[in-house]
Parts: sequence; structure tokens; C-alpha cells
Amino acid sequence: MNTIENIKERFHELQSAGNGKLKAHEQNAFEAFNRLGIPTSKHEEWKYTRIGSVFNKEFQIKPGGGNITMKDIAAVRMAGYEDANELVFVNGIYNPDLSTVRSRELVVQPLQDASLNEYAGIVQKHLGHSSRYAKDGVHALNSSFVHEGVFIHIAPGQITEHPVYVYYITDAREANILSQPRNLVHISERAEVEIAETHHTLGVSESFTNHVLEVIVERDANVNYYKIQNDADHSNHVCTTHFRQTGKSNIHAVTISLTGGIVRNNMSITLEAEHAEAHLYGLYFLKGRTHVDNHTVVDHVKPNCMSNELYKGIIDGDATAVFNGKIFVQQDAQKTNAYQSNKNVLLSDGASVNTKPQLEIFADDVKCSHGCTVGRLDEEGLFYLRSRGISENTARSLLIHAFAIDILEHVKSAVLRDYVDKLIFERLEI
Amino acid sequence: MLSIKNLHAGIEDKKILKGLNLEINAGEVHAIMGPNGSGKSTLASVLAGREDYEVTEGTVEFLGKDLLELAPEKRAGEGLFLAFQYPIEIAGLSTTNFVKTAVNEIRKYRGEPALDSVQFLRMMKEKMALMNIDQALLSRSLNEGFSGGEKKRNEIFQMAMLQPKLAILDETDSGLDIDAIRIVANGVNKLRNKDNAVLVVTHYQRLLDYIVPDFVHVLYDGRIVKSGTKELALELEERGYDFIKNEVNAAQEA
Repeated sequence: MNTIENIKERFHELQSAGNGKLKAHEQNAFEAFNRLGIPTSKHEEWKYTRIGSVFNKEFQIKPGGGNITMKDIAAVRMAGYEDANELVFVNGIYNPDLSTVRSRELVVQPLQDASLNEYAGIVQKHLGHSSRYAKDGVHALNSSFVHEGVFIHIAPGQITEHPVYVYYITDAREANILSQPRNLVHISERAEVEIAETHHTLGVSESFTNHVLEVIVERDANVNYYKIQNDADHSNHVCTTHFRQTGKSNIHAVTISLTGGIVRNNMSITLEAEHAEAHLYGLYFLKGRTHVDNHTVVDHVKPNCMSNELYKGIIDGDATAVFNGKIFVQQDAQKTNAYQSNKNVLLSDGASVNTKPQLEIFADDVKCSHGCTVGRLDEEGLFYLRSRGISENTARSLLIHAFAIDILEHVKSAVLRDYVDKLIFERLEI
Repeated sequence: MLSIKNLHAGIEDKKILKGLNLEINAGEVHAIMGPNGSGKSTLASVLAGREDYEVTEGTVEFLGKDLLELAPEKRAGEGLFLAFQYPIEIAGLSTTNFVKTAVNEIRKYRGEPALDSVQFLRMMKEKMALMNIDQALLSRSLNEGFSGGEKKRNEIFQMAMLQPKLAILDETDSGLDIDAIRIVANGVNKLRNKDNAVLVVTHYQRLLDYIVPDFVHVLYDGRIVKSGTKELALELEERGYDFIKNEVNAAQEA
């Protein structure tokens, strides 16, 4: 059976077993999936990322996976885990036994339960909001299984001394595995939190993760979000991260992509309250045949908001990158400040990047700017460094690091910054 | 120390150096002067190993080695230093980090152990005082947003840190006011000793008031057409380059 048939079979099994309040949501999503199908390169949003090539391989679905031990987790932990809340998902399903919740303010429970208890209103109101921006069959496919996802509630208060580290482990030791994690995160008023996510594939078979994360950010909340993508080259990812700023709040998001097979990041932020601020940064440093596609949407709905976006790419080998950055400024969103920049350096003849900024502005009193560049490493800079006795390889590494540093310094957590720096230095071999 | 024989070099199809000869010994300061387009900066670039330039004929020997065979970083390792006319700005790389890497790579090339942080800082403090540079400047991105004077002081600071055998100063005075020239020249003079040498490439005589040369050479149309002592520089300042051009042209006609 091919992957799509595996998915359909599983959907029908689950539906006939019946699964409560989220059933209608799943049925609608599944209908949408059947209607939309898997996007091809004719789909404007998927022009440069042939996700069909991933679906065409055979992936099995084994929710929860096989026998994963703490030892497996230890190998993929991010620095600073000793103090962190650690949430572990295996093949897309939350595993409480492997997880550690340290903060009183952090509540993790099945979405299924949250749809029925005191959080039902929040789930009802926000679940699926990301589909306004990710209007395709891949997203609909994830939404067809939402009841298996989790609801994460962060109560008011500072839990920055215990960051929330989220690990998505795919157990591909016996077969190619498709997993579809789904989380709805609710960050309460005045809550302050740091969230870091990473994906890891165990084994040598291929993994395909179709992940949707929706984050609701209430008034006066402050969120630092990091996504570190250094999974195996036989891993494929579609990661949809959606922030909904329902109140005046602050988001600081950094996406670092280093390895993987085909990686697509959909990052969308809606600023729905006056004086909300969103800062989003990305660094993709690619080699081999890795393909990383960052599609970002910043939607200014209300006046007096600010967004700033900087994505930088370093592309080597036969790697390919895509950057597509949309900014919407809706009619009401006067006095918006929205900035976007994408800068790329190609290190080899085989490397390529497609970059496309898109601004759609419906308000008249706004400040917006965008720009993108694609270039090579500066030969003059290289000669300058070499003329001081620095070998060519080291000189290249220093220039690459210098190019990346204004993203790296936005990783505010010192332990995570050191961790990412170490990954970068390993890549640079300095 | 440096022996240049019949050097011909150019960029793309343009011939710039056309048979240049020059001998520099340890302990000497040489100045190369010449009108615009005579090949001054080309000479500096060829010696430092800039790849845009092609050497078509001639030899350059530096401390017994064939300089032209060496990559730029190896030339630095052997003790050659070029103070750039236009120092490059590199956002995201601090001067401190850059200089530390350079010092230790050169030490590695020479088979010496790397300096630890304490040793490096001690050395840096000493040279900072010499060049009147403060820590804040060195913590900033290399040359980014530096004034003209700061950039040139930073070049000589690097020279002080790397302790070259032969320093080539390419138009180091260009764009500097007299106070900045004095600081830069003062730094260079303090670094002079009997074992090293300096080659000052300049259009104007004024820098030579502060870095007093033992020999002055006039470069014209890719060759050294006249050599003398520091008085030659004063004569050029007074009479301009035209009298040299006329002499050369008259000699060619005769």
C-alpha cells in the first residue's frame, strides 16, 4: 500500500471507533484533503518544493512507535535540558513517560480531553486557525487526526527558568515512518515562556513528519520560540508553526535549519491586537542535497503593531533553499511597522536559492520595507583575512560565521546559543 | 630580505608592471613614490598575493623563498604584511577575534604554540596603547563604521600584533589628517628595528616627514626610473612628477 492509502485506512479505522467532539473537525479536514490532494509544483505555494516526491515513497504509520528509552532521548537532547520541561513525542504521539514537566504553570493533556473540559472554549475557538494560511492538502491531512494531538496550557507567570523543550522522535529503525504531531499551545495573559523544538529520526529508514503547531498568545505574554532543525538527511519535514497574537504581546521566533532531506517550514503570525510585536529570524545553513523552504506570513490585522523579519541563508553543495515572505497589512492596520529582509550566500556552483518577498498593503499610513540579496562570499574580505596569515578554509569559516552571527545572536538563551554555535562550528570545522 | 627582479605583472590584459627591480635589506625603510597609475598599488598587491593580478615575468625572492609561489596566508606566515589602502569592513567579525585567529595561525605556521587568552590579552593591551586604540573599537565588527583614521590605525595595530619582517604600507596616508598621520607614523617607527624593513608606497611626500626613508624610488610606467635618498622625495614634492616624466621621455627619445 502506498502512503496515502495507509493514511486513509487509518482515518477510517479511527473514525469508525468514534472519537468524540473533534470528529466533525477531522471529517471536514479529511474532506478538504480529498478535495485538495497533495500539492504539486503547479500549486503556487509549492512551486519549488516537490512534496509529492515524499508522499510517493511508502511510509508506515505507527503512532507511539516502538520501544524508545531514555537512552535514545539522551542522544538528542538540547543543551540546558537539566532545567527544562521536556516534552517527548514519539511518531507524533505525546509520550508522558519519557517527558518531564517541572513547572506548575505548564499543563499538557490530550487535545481530545481539552476539547471536553475547562479548556473546551479555547480549543473550540482556536484549533485549526492556521488553515487560513496553510490552505493545502498537507495541512488538511494533519488536521484529519487532531484528536491525537496535545493541548499545552501555560498559566500566567514566568517559567523562563524552566524552558519548554519539545522533542519529536521518529522511530524509523524498522520502516519508513510518517508521523503527524499536532499541538495547540495556549499562552495565558502575562505568561512568559521559552519554547524550543527539535526533530530527530532514529534508525536508517526515512522519516516524514507533518507537524502543525498552533500557538495562542494572550495579552502581555512574552514568547521566545526556537526551532532547531538538525535531523538526519533521510528525514523530511513539513512544519507549520502558527502564532496568533490575540492580545498585545511579544513574539521572538528563531528557526535554525542545518540538515534534513526535504524541509518545508510554514511560519505564520497574525497580529490581532494593537501594539503587538513579532520578531522572526531564520538561518539556513545547508549542504549536500538538503532542501529547505521557509514560507512565512506576517498578517497585520490591527493598528500600531510592529513586525521585523530577517532570514539568512548559506547554501553549499547541491543544496537548495526557498524563501517566500508574505506581509499583509489589512485595511484597519494603520501605523503598522513591518520590515522584512532575506539575504543569501551561495558557496558552490550547485547551490541555489529562490527568494520572493510579497507585500500586500491595504492600509495607507504604514511603514514597510523588504529586500532580498543573493551573492557569493566576499572575495576582498577573503583576501584581507588571508593576507593576515589566516588559511583559506579558516578565512571562509570566519566570513560565514560573521554572516550568520546576526541571526545567532537572537538566540537569547545562553545555553541554546552555545548549543547552536557548536552545531555551526562543527559544520564550519573551526 | 626582498629581491625583486624584472617583475612584469598586470590585470586581465593590461600590463602594469614592466620590468621592476628592487632590493630591500633588513633594517631599511624604502619609499616608492609615483604618479597615479604608475603601478604603486599593483606592486603592493602582487607582493601580498592578490589573485586578480597575473605575474608574467620576473622573480620575487623573500627571505630566500620564491614569494610568488606562496599563497597569501603563507606570505604572511613568512613575515610579509600589507597595510591596505582600503581596509575591508567585515560585519559580524570582531577585530579582536580576527587578530587572535591571525596571530595564532601565523604562530602555527612557524611551529610555535598558540597564545593562551592571558598572553594574547597582555600583548593586545601593549599594542593598543602603542596605537592609541581602545578596547571598545576592537570589540566592534572589523572596520565597520570606523573612520578613515581608525581604519588605518587598526592596520598598524594589526602590524604590531603580527610583527612582520617586511611591512608594506599602501597609501597609508590617504584620507588622513595630519594628527592621524602622526599617530600612524609614530606606531610604525616604534616597530622598526634592525631585523625588519618597511616599504612605504605613497603618492605624497608628507608621510615621509614622519617615516623617514633610507631610499626613495620613483615608479613611472611600471618601472623604477629613479632612486635616491629622502631628498628625492622633497624634490618631487617641489617640482611635481612632471620633471620625472620629462626626463624619462627625453631619455627614451635619445
